[in-house]
Amino acid sequence: MNVPAALEGFDSLTSGDTVVAQNIAFGILSVVMVVAALRMVTTRNVVHAALYLVIVLAGAAGIFILLGAEFVGVTQVLVYIGAIVVLFLFGIMLTRGALGEDEEANTEKRRMAALVGVLVLVVTGGAVLDSFGDAAVNRSAPSLTAEIGDTIFSQYIVPFEAVSVLLLAALIGAIVVARQD
Amino acid sequence: MLLNQFLLLAAVLFAIGVYGVLARRNGVLVLMSIELILNAVNINLVAFSAVRETVGGEVFALFIIAVAAAEVGVGLAMVLLLYRNRRSIDLTEIDQLRG
Repeated sequence: MNVPAALEGFDSLTSGDTVVAQNIAFGILSVVMVVAALRMVTTRNVVHAALYLVIVLAGAAGIFILLGAEFVGVTQVLVYIGAIVVLFLFGIMLTRGALGEDEEANTEKRRMAALVGVLVLVVTGGAVLDSFGDAAVNRSAPSLTAEIGDTIFSQYIVPFEAVSVLLLAALIGAIVVARQD
Repeated sequence: MLLNQFLLLAAVLFAIGVYGVLARRNGVLVLMSIELILNAVNINLVAFSAVRETVGGEVFALFIIAVAAAEVGVGLAMVLLLYRNRRSIDLTEIDQLRG
């Protein structure tokens, strides 16, 4: 990876103090994210759930930056927190009061869902621990946005065009579905 | 930093998202849980990208963000249509196709 001039002498990303700081940041972010995610799927207030989703998404953006993927982190904040959560809040607003307060009634369903969730966690967690025992993340420099742009417009140009067509189709589809006749 | 810690965080978020999709009855909350699942996948992709020091994983994370935006747009339009027709977004009541 070619390091730009601004990052010369910035090779302390893998030094001891930096690694400790990275681990502390990871610990804080992951605890906040997991607690917020649990609150999101258990809270009874839909608006609170959307705000907890904001916390999880912001934590994910922090994780991306911690991993040196700055462009993905910034895009996460712009697209997810800026656009998608606002869309969710509009959806909540337009369907307000649509569901009674009997969410708690179905404990059997909740128990089965929790069982499935725990099983998913055990299987994926076990597979992860088994496969990537001590692989370490120690990148020497953050990834370059210019390199991401180059890669998108050369190697991944076909998926990129497919995504643009998909976005157009989703736009038209959403208008057609939600239109008042 | 170990790769495992990121993958395990993603696995926990994924499992919480699966619980949310299965347990919640509100259509909007189910869509939010799907976003949680997609985010867990994004963390995995970026973590592998960082280990390999290539940008391929990050590019795919960006694609997933774009696809998630499209999915939320269409999904919320469907929930809205459901609400307009039935005055309810309880997904357990939508069982007309049950045999």
